[in-house]
Amino acid sequence: MFITLLRIELFKIFKRPRTYIAFGAIAMIVLLVQLALKVNGKDFIQLYTDSQSDTFEIPYESMNNGYFVCVAVLHMILIHVPLLVALIAGDMISGEAGLGTLRLVVGKPIGRTELILSKFMASTIYVVMLLVWMAIFALFGSILLFGSGDLVVFREENMHLMNQQDVLWRFFAAFVFAALALTTIAAMALMFSAFSENSLGPIVATVCVVIVFTIVQQLKVPLFEQTINPWSFTTHMLGWKGFFYVEKTAEGVTIDGSVENPASLVKSAGVLLGYILLFLTVTVQYFKRKDILS
Amino acid sequence: MMNTIIRVKNLSKRFGDLQAVDQLSFSVSAGEVYGFLGQNGAGKSTTIRMLLTLIEPDEGEIEIFGLNLRQHRKEILKRTGAVIERPDLYKYLSAFDNLRIFARLSGMKASRKQLMDQLEMVGLAERANSRVKTYSQGMKQRLGLACALVHDPGLIILDEPTNGLDPQGIAEMREMIIRLSRDGGKTLLVSSHLLSEMEMMASSLLIIDNGRKVAEGKLDELLNPKTALVELAVTDARAARQLLGQTDWIHNIHEKTNQLLRFEMEKSRIPELTRLLVSSGLDIQSIRPVHSLEEYFLAQTGK
Repeated sequence: MFITLLRIELFKIFKRPRTYIAFGAIAMIVLLVQLALKVNGKDFIQLYTDSQSDTFEIPYESMNNGYFVCVAVLHMILIHVPLLVALIAGDMISGEAGLGTLRLVVGKPIGRTELILSKFMASTIYVVMLLVWMAIFALFGSILLFGSGDLVVFREENMHLMNQQDVLWRFFAAFVFAALALTTIAAMALMFSAFSENSLGPIVATVCVVIVFTIVQQLKVPLFEQTINPWSFTTHMLGWKGFFYVEKTAEGVTIDGSVENPASLVKSAGVLLGYILLFLTVTVQYFKRKDILS
Repeated sequence: MMNTIIRVKNLSKRFGDLQAVDQLSFSVSAGEVYGFLGQNGAGKSTTIRMLLTLIEPDEGEIEIFGLNLRQHRKEILKRTGAVIERPDLYKYLSAFDNLRIFARLSGMKASRKQLMDQLEMVGLAERANSRVKTYSQGMKQRLGLACALVHDPGLIILDEPTNGLDPQGIAEMREMIIRLSRDGGKTLLVSSHLLSEMEMMASSLLIIDNGRKVAEGKLDELLNPKTALVELAVTDARAARQLLGQTDWIHNIHEKTNQLLRFEMEKSRIPELTRLLVSSGLDIQSIRPVHSLEEYFLAQTGK
């Protein structure tokens, strides 16, 4: 029955026009960033390389390749994608309650836990499809438009240089990690959705939580750095960046296949998984006992 | 053949300060159209939602098809079809897609032909591929019914099925309900606040008010009980009341106006009542047994 429920949920998701807003928005943003970097790529890179440009000559043309553009796109987009995920996941239960179909569905011979898990799984598949779409446009589209080359990633005052043969797996890992991060958002939106009978509330609540924790994280004051930030999911959601920070030898040469802080990546993934489990458990436990009055 | 399809015992549900359903007991026999009558807010929908496991009762037991609902939920719901209040469906999907979804949720892998036949039965085959948001209220109601019936359930629960329908839609729905019971052998529990509708389609009736059972029985028995409520119009109601109060076969006399009395008595003694009044010199304007469901309902609920 779970597979049947999952197929029904996916059918409903992909039959709704609102689902395609996210795909359209991502395609548009990626194209805009690609256009901007095609026309003003040098200026963009100069912003980050001002301090180093006196020390050595920056090869702007070769740096502005498809991989570099894809990383730039991910930096700009991934922080906003939670909104697009909340748009679908926040509507999964509350939308049905508002529409009045929840009572018809729950009155059928299916388990409530099964129903929630199928909705969660459908949201996760939606997230993965969103990221595959993003990968197609941001990675393969950029390679097509800008060509490939070694990847340079800026991090505050440092630069990380990666051989082009050492890059694709990093993108794959980053997309998998981003899927985990966005699934956390989907699980949270689904949880809010179980408590509400209109879609707007859970969507707004999810976005607000993300905004609040992002601001707390960006404040970088000791109070938050020592208490909230180590456990805030917004901190760990940015873990995908870690795949583009490489380990270097004592001479400052990049070690191929390395990541600077693998333990931090594992910790972030663990925290996100913990949040997913927590949100799902709360949702299932609450929904199992909920009186369906809508 | 199992005779009792639904057996409810001492069912109660409270929402905060509101006792929505209070120690409600009733039973529904196989093959009947069981009317569930009460005003808006009487507790009908809450009871129906408890029958469909949408709401957890505070107290009481529910048995459907001879099985305990809590222990055999899926098994029972597989054999039950329901339309609860409005027929809310996925408006962005077609009628066909809605029907296919609800068939699958009911555990049925229906073929295209089966689904189209079902839509044909409710007169929606030609609009099968139109989105539900383009449907009229009557069409939605019929599609809701098709979704409830698609897996051929033995028990059909319809909560206010005629709500929002025009007179023609109401008549069509009524005919469909009667046909399902008469030709299909289905058991139907139909809730409504429309007394006239119940009179026309129900074979048995449960009347509830403030979550409590007021009356239950066969419709004929409820409308034509041995003891009838009688309305007497006379020129001097006070004198008539005094006279009737002296008998031991007239009860619960209520003076409605100075020319109208209402009381209970055996219907067979109406001729005797007439003779008594005439012999006492009282001018009778009319003697009328109260027999419509509406009057019975109002009398029972004291509204």
